[in-house]
This record gives sequence, C-alpha cells and structure tokens, in this order.
Amino acid sequence: MATEAPTMRRTPLYDKHAELGAKMVPFAGYEMPIQYEGIVAEHRAVRGRAGLFDLSHMGEFFFRGRGAGETLDRLVSSDIAGLAVGQARYGLLTNERGTIVDDVIVYRISEAEYMVVVNAANIAKDRAHVLAHLGEDVAFDDRSFGTALVAIQGPRAMEILASETDADVRSLPSFGVTQGRVARARATLARTGYTGEDGFEVFVANTDAAAVWDGLLAAGREAGIKPIGLGARDTLRLEARFSLYGNDIDETTDPIEAGLGWTCKLDKAFVGRDVIAAKKAAGPKRKIAGLVIQGGVARHGHEVTQDGDVVGQVTSGTYGPTVEKNIALAYVPTTLSKIGTALAVRIRGKDVPATVVKTPFYRRPE
Amino acid sequence: MSTVPDNLQYSKEHEWVRADGDVATIGITHFAQEQLGDVVFVELPEKGAKVRQYASLGVVESVKAASDIYAPISGEVVERNVKVIEKPELVNSAPYGDGWMIKVRLADKAELAQLLSPSDYRSHIGETAGAGGD
Repeated sequence: MATEAPTMRRTPLYDKHAELGAKMVPFAGYEMPIQYEGIVAEHRAVRGRAGLFDLSHMGEFFFRGRGAGETLDRLVSSDIAGLAVGQARYGLLTNERGTIVDDVIVYRISEAEYMVVVNAANIAKDRAHVLAHLGEDVAFDDRSFGTALVAIQGPRAMEILASETDADVRSLPSFGVTQGRVARARATLARTGYTGEDGFEVFVANTDAAAVWDGLLAAGREAGIKPIGLGARDTLRLEARFSLYGNDIDETTDPIEAGLGWTCKLDKAFVGRDVIAAKKAAGPKRKIAGLVIQGGVARHGHEVTQDGDVVGQVTSGTYGPTVEKNIALAYVPTTLSKIGTALAVRIRGKDVPATVVKTPFYRRPE
Repeated sequence: MSTVPDNLQYSKEHEWVRADGDVATIGITHFAQEQLGDVVFVELPEKGAKVRQYASLGVVESVKAASDIYAPISGEVVERNVKVIEKPELVNSAPYGDGWMIKVRLADKAELAQLLSPSDYRSHIGETAGAGGD
C-alpha cells in the first residue's frame, strides 16, 4: 500500500489502528483514525465507560529556564504567572490584532519547565509565532514529532489508568499534571481532556506509545474501554461546547465574540491585550451561540437566517448522540444571541428552524 | 443477511430497487450505509412528488456528512417511509428491510433494464462473486 501522499505522517500507533480496523483519514497532515466501530457507539462508550484516543498528532512545545514563565505569561491570554508547579491551564495564543492564533493548554511540569500543547495543524505557525515573541532566559524546544499523546476519557478512566501507573492519579485534581510510569514507560500524566468527561492525557516518547496503548486497552477491557476516533472526538467536544480551532475560532475571530473572554486575564500584559480589552469594553458585534436545529444537521459554513435574511454562519454542527439533538455553534449578531431566539439554518436551500440554547449542550452528571 | 440480496436490482450510486408490478421500492444498500456510518437524518420527498432517474430524491445524513440519494428510476412517490424518518438508524440496521426509503409508481418500466444485477453490483463495489451470500 504505497498510495498515500509522501508527505503524510503517521503516529507511532498507526499499526495499532490498522489492527483494530480503523477507517483512516488525512487530518492535519497525518493519517488518523476517524472511527473504529462507529461514531455513535464510540461516543457512548466515552460517556458511559471509557475511551482511548491517539492524539499523537498534537504538538508539544517545551519552555525551560528562569524566563519561561514570563515568556508564556506574555504569549498566552490566561494567567500563566499564577500557575503553580503541577497545574495546567487553558488559554489562547493571540496576535497583535487581538485575534486567535491557537488555543492551547499550558502545563507547569516543574519550577522552570512548561509544556504547551498546541493543535496539530498549527505546529509550524505557532512555532514561528513563539519564536517571534521569545523573551530572555528561556530555551524553546519543539518536541511535537517525538512525543506521543494517548488520552483516556470517561467515567471509568481513572480506575483503569490507576491500575497501569505508579502515579497517584486518584488524588490528581482536574487540570493537575504529574510525572510517573504508565505501562512501565516514563510519562507525563494530566487530568485534562476534550470530551466533557473526567479523564487523563498521557504524554510519552514515541517509542513507548504502543506499550501504553496496549496496556491501557488491556487494563480497561473489563470496564468496556473502546478505541475512539476523531469522529467521536468531534461529537463529544461539541456537546461539551469546546471550541475547535479552524472551525469555531481562527485568526479572523477574537476571544470575546468566540465566548472565550474568560480565558483572557486583561489585568496583565499579553500579545493583543489592548485590542481585546477594547473589544470587550465596546461589546462584541457578533457572538458564538449554541443552536438546536429542528430537522437536518447543520454543518460548518451553513448560513444562519432570520426571516429569510442571512444573519450569521455555522462554525460547527453535528448530531449529538448523548443529547439526541442536532446541535451547532454559530456566529450571530449579539442582538440575536439571546437564549430562546428563533433563527433558522439554511440547509440545502431550505431554512430549517433553529433555536438559540444555553451551552454546553451536555454537562456531565456530578 | 446478505450484503447484496439476489432479489433486488441496483444503481451505481448504491441504491436498490424492488419492482413489484407498477410500483418499485427504493432504498440504499448495505455498502452505502456502511460507508456513511451512523445515519442520523433522512429527508424524503412527499407522497405525490415526482422523482426523475439520476436526480436527487432526498438526503441521508450521517454524523459525518450529508449524501444525496439518487433516484435509480423515474416515477411518482406513492409512499414514503415515515418510520425511517423517525428512526434514521434503521438505514444502518435494516437497509433492505425497515430502512427502505420510498415507493414510486414507475413512469417508464424500461428504466429497470438499465439497473445493475446483483452480480454486477457486487463487482461494482469490489465484492467477489458469492461473497454476498448468507
């Protein structure tokens, strides 16, 4: 099988996906599994039991040195200076125009070492952006291509991971990060994810990825763990209303209209801070709203209408297997973003009724 | 269940046809539903609508994407499957049974001769002869 474009990358788990019968698709320059058994079955496995994801395509940037925290505090919109060792935080890389370069998670691994996880499609762009803003006393190391990421997510994730690691994952708080061994491999473990469920992300060297993958699949067999493809990853994240870079946010959107104002610590200096503060003070002209569509599935790029006039655009849409509704995120004028507003989504030329609803569409039971 | 039943005719676009006198039942094949993945929405023409051979008669949406259903033959819709609109997953679980789409009164019976036989359809989807048997 030598039909793939020569530029396509494979994660160290490619053979595992093939063995499991995954359907592979090109994604961000990688051949990635979109589904194994089926998107709905995989989605339900994560909500009800546990799922295992290969996210080795994601990028890992390391910042080391006395100036690492300061550089990151200026690069990232959220409070990085306030991050304690063993803590992680979601934030945005923003540019001077106050729009979004990427959304990232910053992990403080030790006193003077941070890991930043970036979107696979943005690795090269983010690297350039980071290098252009690098401060004093900091060493930057892009280890994206040598680092594998296996995520285990779902209500049974903790007990499964606990049986395969010496790290105390039971007492690791949400957005906590620690070091340990998983399936005997040296790993960085964090209680983070992109599904709306409890779960962990396990970072290991590429050479250890297969052992971690096999170890967690075997450890989770009785609990009903399943391998999960990118298809279910998208339905899970959308129900939980997590933004997807390239769909909901990009360099034409600012954090305020994207509903990510909460990630911007405006009383500190960071790239684009003044523009974002001004946007917030003026109030955004448009806003991302959650929609439920009554018949038909909205997709990225579909127009949002009211009384036949185009008023906005869908950025993400799918059928939500847990909420059992057709859900979407869309940019609409702020005046039309109030919960309960009646709108429509133009699907194949027809204006299908839609209502603005509260998000997240799904919240995990306490 | 066979993935390409011997008692049906097929289109290259992966619809199946069961002609019974003047009326033909239309659905999408096992192969088609497998390619689509979990079907979550089905849009079908109303009773009385005219469908034209090779033109889109409706849409099936899976979690991943929307796909047109092409009319394998022309005619007037005499019934649409309300059950499949309410429970789109029937397309996956019973593509040749409860997952059927519409019944049409044939406009031109000669069009039936243009459809693929089960063995032609099997080679069209790359199945070896007999692989569709129970």
